[in-house]
Amino acid sequence: MGSQLYRAIIDGILGGGVYALMAVGLTLIFGVLDIINIAQGILVVLAAYLSSVLSAHLHLDLFVGLLITIPVMFLIGIVIYRLFMHRLRGRERTSMSLLASYAVMIIIEGILYLGFGPNFVSLNAWYVTATVRVFGFYLPYIYLFGFGLAVLLVAGLYFMLYRTKFGRSLRATMQDRVAARLIGIDVNRVAALAFGIGVGVTAVGGMVFGATNAFNPNSGYDLISRLLAIIILGGLGSIGGALVAAVFMTTVESVVNIWSPTWSVVVFYAALIIVLTFRPAGLFGRPAVRAQ
Amino acid sequence: MSLPPALRWGSVAALLAVAAVFPLVFTSELVTQIAVDTLIFAGAAAAWNIFSGYSGYISLGHAVFFGAGAYTAGVAAQDWQISGSAEFLLLPLAAAVAAVIAVPFGLIALRVRRHTFVVVTIAVFFIFQLMAFNLAVTGGSVGINAPFLGWDPATYNNPFYYLALIIAVGTTALSWLIRRSRFGLQLRAIRDDEDRARGLGVRVMRVKLTAFIISAVVMGLVGALWFFFIVQVLPQYGFDPLLDLSVALMAFLGGLGRVAGPVLGALILEPGQQYLTLHIGNSYLSEIILGALFLLVILFLPRGIIPFLEERVTAWRGRAPRAPDTVPASPAGEQPAQAARRGTS
Amino acid sequence: MQGEWGGVREAGGGGLLRTEGVAKAFGGVQALGGCTIDVEPGSITGLIGPNGSGKTTLFNVITGYERLDAGEVYLDGTRITNAPPQRVFALGIGRTFQLTRIFSSLTVMENMLVASQHSSRQPGRVRNPLARAGGAADRQRAMDLLDFVGLAGHATAPAETLSYGQRKLLELAYVMVADPAIVLLDEPAGGVNPSLINDIAARIRELNAAGRTFLIVEHNMDFVMGICSRIAVLDYGTVVAAGPPEAIRRDPRVLDAYLGAAEDDDDTG
Repeated sequence: MGSQLYRAIIDGILGGGVYALMAVGLTLIFGVLDIINIAQGILVVLAAYLSSVLSAHLHLDLFVGLLITIPVMFLIGIVIYRLFMHRLRGRERTSMSLLASYAVMIIIEGILYLGFGPNFVSLNAWYVTATVRVFGFYLPYIYLFGFGLAVLLVAGLYFMLYRTKFGRSLRATMQDRVAARLIGIDVNRVAALAFGIGVGVTAVGGMVFGATNAFNPNSGYDLISRLLAIIILGGLGSIGGALVAAVFMTTVESVVNIWSPTWSVVVFYAALIIVLTFRPAGLFGRPAVRAQ
Repeated sequence: MSLPPALRWGSVAALLAVAAVFPLVFTSELVTQIAVDTLIFAGAAAAWNIFSGYSGYISLGHAVFFGAGAYTAGVAAQDWQISGSAEFLLLPLAAAVAAVIAVPFGLIALRVRRHTFVVVTIAVFFIFQLMAFNLAVTGGSVGINAPFLGWDPATYNNPFYYLALIIAVGTTALSWLIRRSRFGLQLRAIRDDEDRARGLGVRVMRVKLTAFIISAVVMGLVGALWFFFIVQVLPQYGFDPLLDLSVALMAFLGGLGRVAGPVLGALILEPGQQYLTLHIGNSYLSEIILGALFLLVILFLPRGIIPFLEERVTAWRGRAPRAPDTVPASPAGEQPAQAARRGTS
Repeated sequence: MQGEWGGVREAGGGGLLRTEGVAKAFGGVQALGGCTIDVEPGSITGLIGPNGSGKTTLFNVITGYERLDAGEVYLDGTRITNAPPQRVFALGIGRTFQLTRIFSSLTVMENMLVASQHSSRQPGRVRNPLARAGGAADRQRAMDLLDFVGLAGHATAPAETLSYGQRKLLELAYVMVADPAIVLLDEPAGGVNPSLINDIAARIRELNAAGRTFLIVEHNMDFVMGICSRIAVLDYGTVVAAGPPEAIRRDPRVLDAYLGAAEDDDDTG
């Protein structure tokens, strides 16, 4: 029992790293743009399919394939932003973005169904099934690689945000768009790039997700619900919060899964609701200007 | 809203008259079935609009009430062995259960900001869908079946049609009453500036929760009726994420926060969607089209058809364009104030 | 560093609105540090100071939009410290905002009615929630007020079509609906056309002549000097000078606080 618990916790933490990556992209988009990108879930699935295609047809290793999928997803993000989100203005902006991105999700899901059908797919590589022994547990390599990559990328994001000029512009835009524009920041460019980055990281999330789960176009719903729960719990716009929340939620679910697999997912959402009841802004959220 | 009263009430009366005799004129089962679906959605959209349209809190979890209503009706009919048309007596029960769920749901969800609110509704929705899949009482993934109605197939749809019509018309009428009432004014003020409204003495939580419960009640009704109509409820259809999207789209398309908006949206979208499904067959393609349509509406008609038409009519009538909102105010913008002081407009 | 409230205090003590040592900090920034003001009933009192001196914060703290860290607020002797905005409103303090807050999707008349639905409540009388918004009495009163500020012709127009200056007038009007004893105006002349400023000043004087007290935050010196009977100067969250306009105009501490520029300032600082 004890080792089962430890195992669950480790699995939770490792899994949380990957969810963190996808969630961080989502919360970044919200922080900079006030947009809740509901399509993030299906974009992860799209990325997984891309990885699958590269792997099956070009025989590229999954990680090598990232060199292609990351830029591709980044570009897709920019295109989505320019085509749809860019136009959303005004008071109702966030509500509209919600519905617009929901629509984009539906479209992408339909396209994926048309292209790939409803059958489940999963990504394969030697490290998906092979395990390595760590502290008496047999952990699949893919989880470790994925977690490592997630940590790397989140660190990279932090570095970008806090050590580069672009990152400064991004943070400025997050805090006050008008002020940012007044000091010469090209807010539209920053916004588009932020959206692109937020989507670009789904490439990594998608690959690892696809390697650790069987997926089909319908998987998007479950994913986005979890991601939304994570970023809300962590506090909208808080990158650190998304990280903590992701690891927390997946770990809790993993532990509860020992007793009851069916209800473990409910716990995921129940945790969100419980936290919100006491802290409506989430764990690390900016205690909101409730003017919205 | 800007039509002269005679024209407005005249067209409402005409529409009602047409609706009243519709199934007697168009007797094709397919047509009446689409009509029933349309009316069910019209009622649902109108209910959703009463809450989300007026308060500005977009809910993507109203399917919870729809499904709860459907399942309540199903479980009750099963357990109490109700059969035949007595089953319709369960509708109020379904509505009551929905109301009961709405209270704690609303108390928790309505305390958070709008962005968070949407996600909470999604989260609660998923919890309910999961419960429907996993609890024994809901029959798991097999669902529940409605009692058999041995009615004449030729007119089978008619009672459902009229019930759905009553619900849709009733909800729209309620929506109209609310809009012109003090309650509705407070709701809409909350939508514009919740904190300012609170500062002026509006009991914000009470108002929001009331609207939430009202919309839940109707959703429950509609869900139960739907269940009896299609004779079965499965977890993924009783709690269907696309329901909320469709209902929201209908309200947006017609005009969010307008009385006739959701009905107009339903009248356009539901038959359209059914037509698409019939002729395209490929449900994936129709999904793409639905999404694309939604996107077009959001981007180009963000306020919906009715406000759009109103603006066209106003422009066509040649009224003065809106005063520019400038800081500092331009002299041109100040004319109206001075003119008003002089008694002219 | 408490400023003193110079000038004559009415016999009987205590102004209509009084704050004592109010302090409020945001993170590391001390927005208000021991702020004490006293507003005489029936006066038009001005509150001036450079950007960032804490004027709007003081308003927020008085009207319950912010909680204070220390100090007290009294309305006519009654302690109202940290009372929530709706209670402050019900007790008779009206307040406008720097960036006008009106209900943009409602009509001008409806804006007025939102304010009236509370004030005309008679306890014990059950009201039909679905009754048409705004009874005849409420509407008449609203129209009277709209007429007073010159917006009567716009009663059925959506509030969002109003120009900036008109919105300020609307805000003034709907704050009046509750018949407040004292009105806090946050930059009523900010960003407004000069002729309309005179309009607004005239309205304020009329209302004041009828017995209403005003506390006005403003950057526009001509406006303040022209209308206020007493002025308090805020700098870094405390009152550094107070008294009649002539005294303030000559006070070197005031010029100091503004770093030598006591000109019209049109920014919404």
